[in-house]
Amino acid sequence: MKRELAGYFTSPVAYVFIVIFLLLCGFFTFSIGRFYETGQADLRAFFEWHPWLFLFLVPAVGMRLWADERRDGTIELILTLPVSVAELIFGKFLAAWLFLGSALVLTFPIVITVAYLGEPDFGAVITGYIGSFLMAGAYLSVGCMTSSLTRSQVISFILTVVICLFFLLAGWPPVTGFFTGWAPAWLVSIVEGFSFMHHFADMERGVLDLRDLVYYLSVMGFMLMANGVILQSRRAS
Amino acid sequence: MIEVKELTKRFGQKLAVDGISFKVGKGEVLGFLGPNAAGKSTTMRMITGYLPPSSGTALVGGYDIVRNSLQARRRIGYLPENAPAYPDMTVIAFLDFIAEVRGFTGRERRARVSATIDKCFLNDVRHQQVSTLSKGYNQRVCFAQAILHDPEYLIMDEPTDGLDPNQKHEVRSMIRDMAKDKTIILSTHNLEEVDVVCTRVIIIASGKIVADKTPLELKALSEFHGTACFTVCNAEPEGVIAGMEGLHGVKDVLKVGEGEGRFTLRAIPSDPSAPVAEVIVRYCLDRGIRLENMRIEEGRLDEVFRQITRPDQRAV
Repeated sequence: MKRELAGYFTSPVAYVFIVIFLLLCGFFTFSIGRFYETGQADLRAFFEWHPWLFLFLVPAVGMRLWADERRDGTIELILTLPVSVAELIFGKFLAAWLFLGSALVLTFPIVITVAYLGEPDFGAVITGYIGSFLMAGAYLSVGCMTSSLTRSQVISFILTVVICLFFLLAGWPPVTGFFTGWAPAWLVSIVEGFSFMHHFADMERGVLDLRDLVYYLSVMGFMLMANGVILQSRRAS
Repeated sequence: MIEVKELTKRFGQKLAVDGISFKVGKGEVLGFLGPNAAGKSTTMRMITGYLPPSSGTALVGGYDIVRNSLQARRRIGYLPENAPAYPDMTVIAFLDFIAEVRGFTGRERRARVSATIDKCFLNDVRHQQVSTLSKGYNQRVCFAQAILHDPEYLIMDEPTDGLDPNQKHEVRSMIRDMAKDKTIILSTHNLEEVDVVCTRVIIIASGKIVADKTPLELKALSEFHGTACFTVCNAEPEGVIAGMEGLHGVKDVLKVGEGEGRFTLRAIPSDPSAPVAEVIVRYCLDRGIRLENMRIEEGRLDEVFRQITRPDQRAV
């Protein structure tokens, strides 16, 4: 919804968020990711850290979406306006997603840097951005869902971090290693299939696979549906 | 026309609203009265589509609030309890947002927003953030939101709660002005308000309607209805009481107050619709008793309210 988008850009929270995001991006890419030392003109080091950055930053964006409405009582206002719940959920989600997208767009200097230093594979850069944007959306949909559960932003934040961490770690080698020892291979691949990381890795490398796309969109779809179900049921009681 | 049919709401085991039915037509201002937790807000929330009813339904302008919720909501203006508004928005941005959601565009939207701002006396604060507003302004912002689309049906949950007497007066006169061509339902704890703005009163207790009358009819239920209260200053009250009790049409005379050589008495007529004023005035004139003042009471709403909503007396 437009209100949310406008709300983000008028509130200082948005700027704080963007600045922190950019600073951390730079920090991880250059210091920890050893951007220069790898001697390669690509953005692997940059995208590699996104799942972890998003883990803490995206829940901070999503947590207020419904929790605030509940706390301020404005939920009674919007749910009695002539708009359907689905429109509200999508509106809020899209606004926040676009906001995250604009934060991502603002990382463009790093693309320029790479282009200046060498000959990067722009295809990989673009799929990397698409993957990063989709992953942000998936995190955000979890945030929307937990936000509709509670009136407290803090609870929503923590829940989102925990759920997203689960999604992340499901594909992390130590975790999959833990399963491979005893579980059948199909279970391992299912668990792995749930991971954000697993689906992000391809795009990071420049491969835009339909399966990854479907995965992210279905995570978002599922979480937003859950969001709707929660809203309806909390209204009824 | 709002038509409420057997509206029922259950929260778990608790029955909050128990089969309420009534109709309100254009030009009526219906006041919802009742003790806290009687089901007033829940009923309003169901009519506005915020809470789905457990059973029963309501028709707003012919649209069913359950099956045709969006159509019904389009016709309603709703001021929820505690007047919520987005704290981080300015007044004008908030109203603009509401206007947009209500489907107004371009020039009409700007015109509506500024007309509503004028109407609700919000000009001084139009660029101020909602979170910085005083309670009175906050209430008016939310009120503005409810009337922005000039709805046929206006539903307000405690519209004057937390306002000072001047602001209350303003809001009430706005409500009265709009009443001609709208259907209005409001809830209140303020009995004086019922008297000033409502054309009809529904009293709810424990989720049921216990009275549905005009304010005058309600007051007529009061035991003080039709009694004459008067002050005499140069006579002994005992003598006056004894003398008056024998008069035609006077059932009883009680002393209700005294001070500085004056006595205030209350004469209860044997028939509330037959006035006793004349009899009392003549009695006093004949005996040279100085009558300082006298008034005939219409009855007191607060007393009727207590009487009706007391758990043991539900027969009205």
